[in-house]
Amino acid sequence: MNVKKDQTKVAEQIEKNEKDQAGQAQFLSFTLGDESYAVDILSVQEIRGWEPVSRVPNVPVYEKGVINLRGAIVPIIDLREKFGMQHQGYSALTVVIILQTDHRRTGVVVDAVSDVLDVDERTIQQTPNFGSAISTEYITGLISVHDKMVMLLDVKRLLHLESLEQTNKKLLMDYMSR
Amino acid sequence: MPIDMAQFHQLFFEESQEGLDIMEFGLLNLDKGNMDAETINTIFRAAHSIKGGSATFGFSTLSHFTHLMETLLDEMRDGRRQASHNTVNVLLGAVDCLREMLDAIQQDRVIDEQAVAEHKQQLQLELNSLNVAETSEPTPAVNPILAPQTQVKSSSAQGWKIDFTPHSGMFRTGNDPVRILRELQELGELSIVLNSEKLPDVYTLDPENCYLSWQLELKGAIDKALIEDIFDWVEDECDLSISALNPASVSEELDPPRLDTNKTSSPLYSQKDANTTKVSSEPLLQVLDKTVGVRTKKSSSIRVETGKIDALLNMVGELVITQSMLSLIGENFDLSKIDQLKNGLEQLEGHTRILQENVMNIRMMPISFVFSRFPRLVHDLSTKIGKKIQLVIKGEQTEVDKTVIELLSDPLVHLVRNSLDHGIEMPDQRIAAGKPAMGTVILEAYHRGGNIVVEVKDDGKGLDKDILRANAIEKGLIDESTMLTEKQIFELIFMPGFSTVEALSDVSGRGVGMDVVYRNIQSLGGNIDIHSERGKGSTISIYLPLTLAILDGQSVAIGDECFIIPLSSIFESISIPGEQVNRIVEKGETFRLRDEYIPIVRMYEVFNISSAKARRISDGIVVVVEGQGVKCGLLVDNLLDQQQVVIKSLEKNYRKIEGVSGATILGDGSVALILDIPELIRLAQKQNV
Repeated sequence: MNVKKDQTKVAEQIEKNEKDQAGQAQFLSFTLGDESYAVDILSVQEIRGWEPVSRVPNVPVYEKGVINLRGAIVPIIDLREKFGMQHQGYSALTVVIILQTDHRRTGVVVDAVSDVLDVDERTIQQTPNFGSAISTEYITGLISVHDKMVMLLDVKRLLHLESLEQTNKKLLMDYMSR
Repeated sequence: MPIDMAQFHQLFFEESQEGLDIMEFGLLNLDKGNMDAETINTIFRAAHSIKGGSATFGFSTLSHFTHLMETLLDEMRDGRRQASHNTVNVLLGAVDCLREMLDAIQQDRVIDEQAVAEHKQQLQLELNSLNVAETSEPTPAVNPILAPQTQVKSSSAQGWKIDFTPHSGMFRTGNDPVRILRELQELGELSIVLNSEKLPDVYTLDPENCYLSWQLELKGAIDKALIEDIFDWVEDECDLSISALNPASVSEELDPPRLDTNKTSSPLYSQKDANTTKVSSEPLLQVLDKTVGVRTKKSSSIRVETGKIDALLNMVGELVITQSMLSLIGENFDLSKIDQLKNGLEQLEGHTRILQENVMNIRMMPISFVFSRFPRLVHDLSTKIGKKIQLVIKGEQTEVDKTVIELLSDPLVHLVRNSLDHGIEMPDQRIAAGKPAMGTVILEAYHRGGNIVVEVKDDGKGLDKDILRANAIEKGLIDESTMLTEKQIFELIFMPGFSTVEALSDVSGRGVGMDVVYRNIQSLGGNIDIHSERGKGSTISIYLPLTLAILDGQSVAIGDECFIIPLSSIFESISIPGEQVNRIVEKGETFRLRDEYIPIVRMYEVFNISSAKARRISDGIVVVVEGQGVKCGLLVDNLLDQQQVVIKSLEKNYRKIEGVSGATILGDGSVALILDIPELIRLAQKQNV
């Protein structure tokens, strides 16, 4: 029995290696309204249900607040609101994806998680340019899954918050120039 | 089996750093003109341990360098040399150089050979100034017995033959023959012949004994003194003979081959060396390189008094007893035992709190760790810029969290340098202004409330408001029309891009700006305050939280939300009837608390909390707080609980939020924000405009 398991493991390993060589990548896809988005699966730490957050004063409306994630204070961002879409109420079915980049963790609120996609990197298409009318700064590319378009998100850029230094500088400037 | 020496490196680095501090401190004392034997001895001992340590660990550059210093110090110790200002300066320079080298080794950088060579040369010059007639020897040996030999002997030998027979107990004294071989190897081409004849069979072998001996041939024109130096540490523990390879080139009479204290001319290496094995020293060295090659990453460690650890152990013992008591109660619990349970839980609470205090205590270090470097800095800088300055240090025993100590050091250096550079005037200016020629800089630390206050005070010329203001306008930081209070003008110097160099003095060479100081202090959760009086001097006070990890807090409710106010900043909490509230120009609300009028800040307005219940002041509770000398009353819905909270960083995953110093996790698992009172007051003032 064990031997058989090991064999399957080895087979999987080989398969995986082959995939890697072929420029394969995996993405976690989720939906916001009718639209499908996906993030690099390596940046996903966990998927949680919605739970009430502690609000933080004087921040943009899409920064919903902070939660206690096993002792760490993690901010929660509503992607709908960040992308300027209609806000929907939260329920127990609302999903929070905890993303991690550069040792910073952030939770993003999405409507639902759909699938894990195996994507051949060669099939990723460039984001069309809409000029300044539609901001595509967070989108790195497009793929099509079952004839449906999925937008790949740049997690790093998405989670980039104003750095501490800048905030401090701004604070000081405000204070001085009042 | 070589012992992995790398594990001791960290310890060596730490001890050496301490040694360097001791040397520096001693040298600065010498500089003040008290050449007492004990001070010199202390410095000498420190140098000696560094030399010994570095040789043992194979940092030969270090040991050679320290050796020169040691020689110089030795002359002072013997009274052959006076501690002139110059000598002390050269030694101080050498201490710096040594510190550089240590850092370089520790951080795996390349040692700046040129700087080392320069300092070596200086030391040498200093040595020669006394020894001109005595010796032309580059490295006179420490051992006075050897001195006469080394003087006469020239370095003309083509090589040396060394018989080296360690006594069987050599390992026990912590000496490693291999270390010696390695050092010899650095001097020149070394061929090693191992004599393992005395090696017993494996059953009778005592692994702590040394059975081996070596016959070495060192080729090249090498000073005998250098070789003797290497054996300096083991001369009592071995039979040693050093003889010239080419007897013709060195007179045997002048240089008898018996440095050995036991005068045994190693009969071991007679012709019967049947099982002598000739080994190249290369593989051996490779092994050694590997052991040295395991670089210790710079890890942060802390030295703790044993007393503190004992207290900790005691408490853990108590805790275990309480725990077993509780589990006994829990085993077959019925309601009659409820009192016992309560008692047990109370005990547990008490113990936990003491344990926590003890653990926090371990992190506390006296601030003298930071202050101790300033006498040197002031000495150097005041000499350089030609001012007369005395440094007064107060409250150096004040204990501060280790993290604070580490991060405080750079800002303080900057502030003190500023005081020296820009604050204190030249002696003639001071006399003209009716002040003593000697300027004073006071460095002081003390506790106040829940804060540590560190002050840098000088009696110099103080800040000039007009120049500061003009400079800020010129830099485009403020408008011509901007009205600023005196305090705000002073705080301009913390703005990025505001250099005070042209404004305050023409002494250049400033490193980072004051904005970096400000940022460093802020990142510690602290604040800076400036007081200055023109012509009389300025005081810069740094306020820092006592500890960075835990604080006593009062939780308050505002609407659905819960915030923590640090207990140390709360004066009192009162409920105020509506008629006691006064208004200033229909906006600013104040109330009278005894003799003071205190402004009221409606927290729900500052934080935009729509769910707040207390919209009228009489409905809620006013918490009177003080931050940086400013008092104000915060209007909240209700007081909840007093508790100790563990501070968690908001910035780790998120960012700095105005008016909030951090977050904590409450008993129910939810997150509450901790208010930063001084910042909150500023924020409220801003919103009132």
